[in-house]
Amino acid sequence: MIETLRYYLQYDFVRYALIVGTLIGLCSSLLGVSLVLKRFSFIGDGLSHVAFGAVAIAALMRVENDMIVVIPVTALAAVLLLAFTGKTAIRGDAAIAMISVAALGIGYLLLSRYSGSANISADVCSSLFGSTSILTLTGADVGFCVVISAAVIIMFVLLFPKIFAVTFDESFAKATGIQTQVYNGLIAVITALVIVVAMELAGSLLVSALIIFPALSAMRVFKSFLSVTVCAAILSVAGTLSGILISVFASTPVGASIVVVDLAIFMVFAAVGKIRG
Amino acid sequence: MLQIQCRDLTLGYEKQVVAKDISFEVHTGDYLCILGENGSGKSTLVKTLLGLQKPLRGTLEFGQDIRANEIGYLPQQTDTQRDFPASVEEIVLSGCINRLGMRPFYGRLEKEIARENMEQLGIDHLAKRCYRELSGGQQQRVLLARALCATRKLLLLDEPVAGLDPKATEEMYGLIERLNQKQGITIIMVSHDVLEAVPFASHILYMSHRDVFFGDRESYLKSPAGQMYASMLEAREKKNL
Repeated sequence: MIETLRYYLQYDFVRYALIVGTLIGLCSSLLGVSLVLKRFSFIGDGLSHVAFGAVAIAALMRVENDMIVVIPVTALAAVLLLAFTGKTAIRGDAAIAMISVAALGIGYLLLSRYSGSANISADVCSSLFGSTSILTLTGADVGFCVVISAAVIIMFVLLFPKIFAVTFDESFAKATGIQTQVYNGLIAVITALVIVVAMELAGSLLVSALIIFPALSAMRVFKSFLSVTVCAAILSVAGTLSGILISVFASTPVGASIVVVDLAIFMVFAAVGKIRG
Repeated sequence: MLQIQCRDLTLGYEKQVVAKDISFEVHTGDYLCILGENGSGKSTLVKTLLGLQKPLRGTLEFGQDIRANEIGYLPQQTDTQRDFPASVEEIVLSGCINRLGMRPFYGRLEKEIARENMEQLGIDHLAKRCYRELSGGQQQRVLLARALCATRKLLLLDEPVAGLDPKATEEMYGLIERLNQKQGITIIMVSHDVLEAVPFASHILYMSHRDVFFGDRESYLKSPAGQMYASMLEAREKKNL
């Protein structure tokens, strides 16, 4: 087994996948705690569909690097959903569902009508499920992911007390002079960045799992915000790495393998939580 | 010393007026109880005092010794908080958030303030416990300790005893009274429970759809709204006999 692992680690693409997997797992779980508690579990789903739509538009525009289109569009959708919630006519869950379905529809429509590729359903399938794209990463992809992840992690650590205050009790934070709109906006933008990066790995349908599973598992057992966050980060990295390794060894789809591992972890933690009472 | 002065406030959202002609003032050490029927604009007034909402008309001014972000606020609990994984210590400490400024983390001073306030409210032994596992009364004390971290001057309490059992209610009123009497902290308390709240108050602001009353407790008891209160009190005493 270790021999096989060493054999695979000779290859850049396996090493890249593991590095990117660790970083994405870390970032998505950090945000996940806050998002789940704010009742935004579905934001991952919604925003990844927006990103999918944006990828289609970028393909249509023949932009060299589609991130130039995808990141701003997704960030804008995130800010609209997270930072202005409660002030709009359509609220939280309905707004997410609407934007998500609309973006998916538009994206698929554009791709099937205008894409030059011969195999549309395979293209769509791979951007929805992530298929094997993480195993085809280039050095530049990894660099991009490292920069974004580092930014997300640094921002999260520095803002930790404020994120806690805004998540736990927004009106108290606001009454004590905290610019809650600014922090909500920041959380939204970070979320969008993480989702765009995570889509590379898991595909848009599986991004949600990366955001919600570690947070939910950690919440079964741990009882303070700090310990839940730390535990979620560890679980997420562990789950993502094992998912990637399983996929390499057993030739299973990466995203799906990660989700199944995350689900297994969740069930173990739920059981531990029950036993502890 | 004058801490808050409201003149002819009209409150509401966009086109809908919720309450109007509200004038009152709060001085250091006052215990103001805001009473009123449901929908009379109590919550809107709270939001306005906290600066979360602008009045449609009228003025709201703060005295020299207090700034708008020095109000310690005890909000009504939300559903999110009931299953939030957070320790008592984390929540109380978050009351010091306005001291952070650009600093990213709490320092020794903030931790000391949090510890003092937990001791004062008798919840220091719960510091490491999970908030969602506490009783209603304990949870309210945690939120009160957090509010005290944000202020030494003025507490704004929104229905602080809602959902508490009679014993916890009594303890909560006792704590609030002690903070007011011993430490001279100004109290503004919103309540719909006239019978319980009035005995502690020095001043009353009574809001209804028809009119608004503001004055000290003695003049409240003589006003039409106060007469109603007196007769309720009488009825209860008869029932108890």
